[in-house]
Amino acid sequence: MTHTKDTLSPGAIGRRRAATLPEQPPQLWKSVKPKKAYDVVIVGGGGHGLATAYYLAKNHGLSNIAVIEKGWLAGGNTARNTTIIRSNYLWDESGAIYEHSLKLWETLEEDLGYEMFFSQRGVLTLAHSVSDLRSKRRNFYANALNGIDSEWLTPEEVKKLVPIINISPDVRYPVLGATYQPRGGIAKHDWVAWGYAKAASDLGVDIIQGTEVTGFDIRNNKVEGVHTSQGSIAAGKVGLVAAGHSSILANLAGFSIPIQSRPLQALVSPLLEQVLDTVVMSGAVHVYVSQAHKGELVMGAGTDAFNSYAQRGGFHVIEHQLASALELFPIFSRAQVLRTWGGIVDIAPDASPIIGLTPVENLFINTGWGTGGFKATPGSGWVMAHTIANGTPHELNKPFALERFVTGHLIDEHGAAGVAH
Amino acid sequence: MSEISFSFDDKLYKGIEGEPMAAALLRSGLLSMTNSIYHDRPRGVIGLGVEEPNAIVQLVSGTKESMLPATVIEVVEGLAACSLTGVGALPQMPDESRYDKTNCFVDTLVIGAGVAGLSAAENELRAGREVLLIDDQSGPGGHLRHLGLEIPASLFDVLHHKNLTYKSRCTAIGLYDQNYVVAIERRTDHLGEAAPASRARIRVWHIRADRVVLAPGAFQRPLIFANNDRPGIMLSHAAATYVAIHRVKIFRKAVVVTVDNQGYRDAVRLHREGVAVQCICDVREEAGGPGVDAAKAAGIPIHFRTTCVDTTGGEEGVLKTVILQNLDTKKNFQIDADLLAVSGGWTPIVDLATHIGIKPKWSEENAAFVVKHSTEKLVTAGMLAGDFGGDDDPAIFFGPELNKEQSLRAYIDLQRDTTLHDLRRAVGAGLSSIEHVKRYTTIGTAHDQGKTSGMLTIGALCQLGNISPGDVGTLSFRPPYVPVPFAALAGRERGLLTDPIRITSLHQWHVEAGAVFEDVGQWKRPWYFPKPGESMEEAVRRECIAAREGVAVMDASTLGKIDIQGADAAVFLDRIYTNMFSTLPEGQCRYGLMCKADGIVFDDGVTTRLGKNHFLMTTTTGGAARVLAWLEEWLQTEWPELKVYCTSVTEHISTIALVGPKSRQLLGELVTDIDLSKEAFPFMHTRMGTIDGIPVRIARISFSGELAFEINVEWSYARYIWERLWSLGIPYNLTAYGTETMHVLRAEKGYIIVGQDTDGTQTPHDLNMSWIVSKKKEFIGKRSFQLPYLKSSGRAQLVGLLTANYEEVIPEGAYITIQNAGADAQGKIPHIGFVTSSYFSPALDRSFALALVADGLGRMGEQIEIPLGKKSLRATICESVFIDKENIRRDS
Amino acid sequence: MLNIPCPYCGLRNETEFHYGAEAGVGYPDPNTLSDSEWAKYLHIRANPKGWLPERWVHFAGCGRWFNLWRNTVTHEIGPAYLPFTTQPKAPDPDSNRDRMEGAKA
Repeated sequence: MTHTKDTLSPGAIGRRRAATLPEQPPQLWKSVKPKKAYDVVIVGGGGHGLATAYYLAKNHGLSNIAVIEKGWLAGGNTARNTTIIRSNYLWDESGAIYEHSLKLWETLEEDLGYEMFFSQRGVLTLAHSVSDLRSKRRNFYANALNGIDSEWLTPEEVKKLVPIINISPDVRYPVLGATYQPRGGIAKHDWVAWGYAKAASDLGVDIIQGTEVTGFDIRNNKVEGVHTSQGSIAAGKVGLVAAGHSSILANLAGFSIPIQSRPLQALVSPLLEQVLDTVVMSGAVHVYVSQAHKGELVMGAGTDAFNSYAQRGGFHVIEHQLASALELFPIFSRAQVLRTWGGIVDIAPDASPIIGLTPVENLFINTGWGTGGFKATPGSGWVMAHTIANGTPHELNKPFALERFVTGHLIDEHGAAGVAH
Repeated sequence: MSEISFSFDDKLYKGIEGEPMAAALLRSGLLSMTNSIYHDRPRGVIGLGVEEPNAIVQLVSGTKESMLPATVIEVVEGLAACSLTGVGALPQMPDESRYDKTNCFVDTLVIGAGVAGLSAAENELRAGREVLLIDDQSGPGGHLRHLGLEIPASLFDVLHHKNLTYKSRCTAIGLYDQNYVVAIERRTDHLGEAAPASRARIRVWHIRADRVVLAPGAFQRPLIFANNDRPGIMLSHAAATYVAIHRVKIFRKAVVVTVDNQGYRDAVRLHREGVAVQCICDVREEAGGPGVDAAKAAGIPIHFRTTCVDTTGGEEGVLKTVILQNLDTKKNFQIDADLLAVSGGWTPIVDLATHIGIKPKWSEENAAFVVKHSTEKLVTAGMLAGDFGGDDDPAIFFGPELNKEQSLRAYIDLQRDTTLHDLRRAVGAGLSSIEHVKRYTTIGTAHDQGKTSGMLTIGALCQLGNISPGDVGTLSFRPPYVPVPFAALAGRERGLLTDPIRITSLHQWHVEAGAVFEDVGQWKRPWYFPKPGESMEEAVRRECIAAREGVAVMDASTLGKIDIQGADAAVFLDRIYTNMFSTLPEGQCRYGLMCKADGIVFDDGVTTRLGKNHFLMTTTTGGAARVLAWLEEWLQTEWPELKVYCTSVTEHISTIALVGPKSRQLLGELVTDIDLSKEAFPFMHTRMGTIDGIPVRIARISFSGELAFEINVEWSYARYIWERLWSLGIPYNLTAYGTETMHVLRAEKGYIIVGQDTDGTQTPHDLNMSWIVSKKKEFIGKRSFQLPYLKSSGRAQLVGLLTANYEEVIPEGAYITIQNAGADAQGKIPHIGFVTSSYFSPALDRSFALALVADGLGRMGEQIEIPLGKKSLRATICESVFIDKENIRRDS
Repeated sequence: MLNIPCPYCGLRNETEFHYGAEAGVGYPDPNTLSDSEWAKYLHIRANPKGWLPERWVHFAGCGRWFNLWRNTVTHEIGPAYLPFTTQPKAPDPDSNRDRMEGAKA
């Protein structure tokens, strides 16, 4: 019997174990039936909605709050993203809000008393052409001035950090350099939402699942409640935090928003021995990959070109992405696609979020996070809570008002968002 | 049937070629194949196919795929595999296998070659349709194979019908919109070393079918009881098949636990193969039918209202005793056995149907989720459609009541080591949705994707909440149905085929001249042409000097070129460009800028009027396709009344830029039928002529600010013209230059590059190009200049920078601050702009830059800083034209 | 991989097309609009759940723009029609109810 052993000694494999996950707490949140009236109703029980409710209770002393979710809690994009966390965005406005978010991430587990596998393993963003290099370097310099940690790496330094990466100059799109944010990383997505849900629930927030908002009670251009599949609920203020479904809700409330909902896919492999300790992103070749705590490779793909609420995308998007991934990581050849899935991303014309007031009094909106939503969860919740509690935006979300589409003051993050849409 | 040998965990085993590895290992007496991932429990094979959660192995021979169930690997001489504890490894060595893809359009695709699939295929053929029949096994027959039965003769003929193509080892992995199915065909692994090297290991099928028939069959499911994971506990259908078909003769005493009549049929098969079936325990009160009669006739004791609650293990944890319980009296009794065959009912394979959003419905009769779907496009058949073929009469039962102690070892997901206790904790934590339970417990997330555990989870939730499975709903299944190697999906789009490479007709010359290339979009463009031993800096300096002082040549063929013709071409261009083109005389060229409707600069280039109704537009290299699409969109969807026709001619016309004070002289040696003199041929004019009889169009266009001529020639003549230039160019020290030198030259002259000196937020006014914005006419984007922010103060404007240190080149992308700007309270340093282009200029003998600076045009002469971490550079804001402001050189 | 009926070429794979969002949004006379009306033209396109008339261009085929009814929840394809022709009626919203509900969950 002859076969090359390579690294595959059965003995070694026999000892290979996946990391054990910490046991979940015995009580997460209480599912309740809606009351007749709340001070604040948050529509959308994803990470952003739950974080908003939590910070409303914690930072602003409100207690009579409900989060209304039409499906199951955090079953939308919170459950469907690739969990990448970073703050090295190009524009000052974006850098500020994402960096605020990253700072919150850094103490979030303590703050919520909940483990969420927040791991600051660093995020590499690769450049593959001279013009790509130029724009990534600009990003690097912008971050430096904005107090956002960022390093510039040569291909050799990239290789040192990620030994399995192919930095040969003879590939179709060679690695020419990279920005590196050491404080970036990943977290376990479900647990982030559950941590917020538990903490909010503990502070008295009502979490109401399986309840769809079907309309708004608006009088004299002022919102006074929501109609739901479980009846009407009065509300002093209402926050719309429904990601891909924001357009539908805005239309129900009588106004339009510049959002298109598109499928965004991702995939995981089975559990694999650790080969990748860093998050690697490459917008030019559509590769976004990290290896999760237990060992599965988690990869993001591009968006499909058309509007969809189906939570599924085309398989050609996945195939294209894997072709690129194998160029960067030849070792992935024998890894397997175990599961693919799609989310509904809410994309604004400038690939930046919309957080703030709406044409309807006491009705607030938080949408347009596109592919950047997960990393923004704490920061988004923080400023949304401030906006709802005070009726005026926080300093950090002022630039992200709906009004910017009329003044023309867009914040064009197409480059930094990575995924081309 | 030939005997072969293979290795597992470095031990040799015998097997029969083509049989499942699991069968060969079992026959050799290997019950305990691996240990579980978290609890380190010994585990053996329980199933027959891709549903197998335990016997997961890694191949160490052949391609060394990272993870496969031993139940689907066909043994072949020389095969080697090793066990996994649930975590795979990625070998370092390159994967030498080939992978390919094929597209297929067919009238009807039938998925599953069992009786249901074959019958469906027969119907389709009868209706005159062409059929593609795919099945994941090595041969047709489905369950019949497990029973050792021949395919009925009538259906056998189906396989040989001229309008039917049958593909074995071909697994449908995803069903997508409009009957698009992706399947993977494993083509070489079963051949071992005999596989032809030229044959692709896996072929990915992209199938579009008018009709799809789903007949994927079903998996038998286990039951939840304490210590239900011991080696020796198997699904009854798998156990009977291994014993009867694969001659596994290692079991002596068996107990069968069942909820349906399948358990009886399997008990009878075991009995006939000489296994002493101690008893059949059936949760039902009574049972009837041929299977039951046969069991009775065989003298197998039957205990109704009885099931298994626990087991004990012997050596290495292998099954020793089965603890049974009467469900009414709750009295336990135990029986020694080395095989516990479990029949928990059938779970139809609903995966593919759910991929496109069809919701399976709970069927009490089948005790299963089924999909009864019959439209013109999509039909389900066989067990998926609830046709269980007879008298199964299953009870809805997933396991007995268990106490906490028992629940700790009552496994639901064997591969993830998730137990009933975990599930109870999840529910106790307040989780009601099955999706939450899945995420809390990780059930269904392993290599088998919950093929056996999914339904058990639903069942357990039902028992906890006293509800029907129909109220719980199924877990969502997502493609792929089975794990697929990345390499297979990448196919042949690897290496240089990852993305098409576009080259000009002069590319080979550049390669021979030793050019270093840069990627611009899909194009390969010479970046610079180093002489031996020359650095990039040295090469670029030499190239720049040649262009400014002698004559230099570059291949500008990648510029996008769009031929625009029609009676309304001029009107159309007036609407597209910010400046006027209808006034452009024939034979002349004009630089134009175009904006999107939002007023932001989108592309630029020189457009030449070749005739009254004929223009040739050039675009940026990267923008060619975008611009053509943009023109077509307006023509087709807004202005259909305009008679205009746009054609991409980028790859029809090569453009050679001949640049420098001596360019006229050199060109004059080549072109004799055009008067090249300054007076006869002014800047921004174009002339038709010939070179050696080859038609050329020469244009006085300059992207360098130097005297320059562009030679436009039909693509395939370019190399000839280029060589002719070089043959005459030696006395002129003709120098080839690349994009880097082009950038330096144009920046010295203050010419922008869209995408480098713009970032998708600049209006023409921001670029100090108000001169190009017509006040007389309407054009796309004009209205947006009136939006408050687009006309506000503080906008970034394009300026020049003169460095304090002449030698130091400011890094491109660096940010600019006022002098001595300190950090603010948050540690941020406020900036006023950034550097877009920055070079060392041999002509100026100093470094310089272009930058976008807030209110920059009002800051002329201001000293600014460029902080670069520990150090800081200084520069002065100036106009963005550094050389020949009067255009004397350009127009000479 | 949607199967899109190009009115000129017939059914083709989605990858041959580019998307153009909501159909029927004509270019307004820019000079008669307020800033917010202009902004609406620039940035707001319908984004409904269900049937949407939208624009596609067969860029890798005939290069022609056309309009198409498509369901954003079920991905069903409805009738295609040419620009400047009468828009056909929206397909029956209930034609595929079980899948609509499926997507809701």
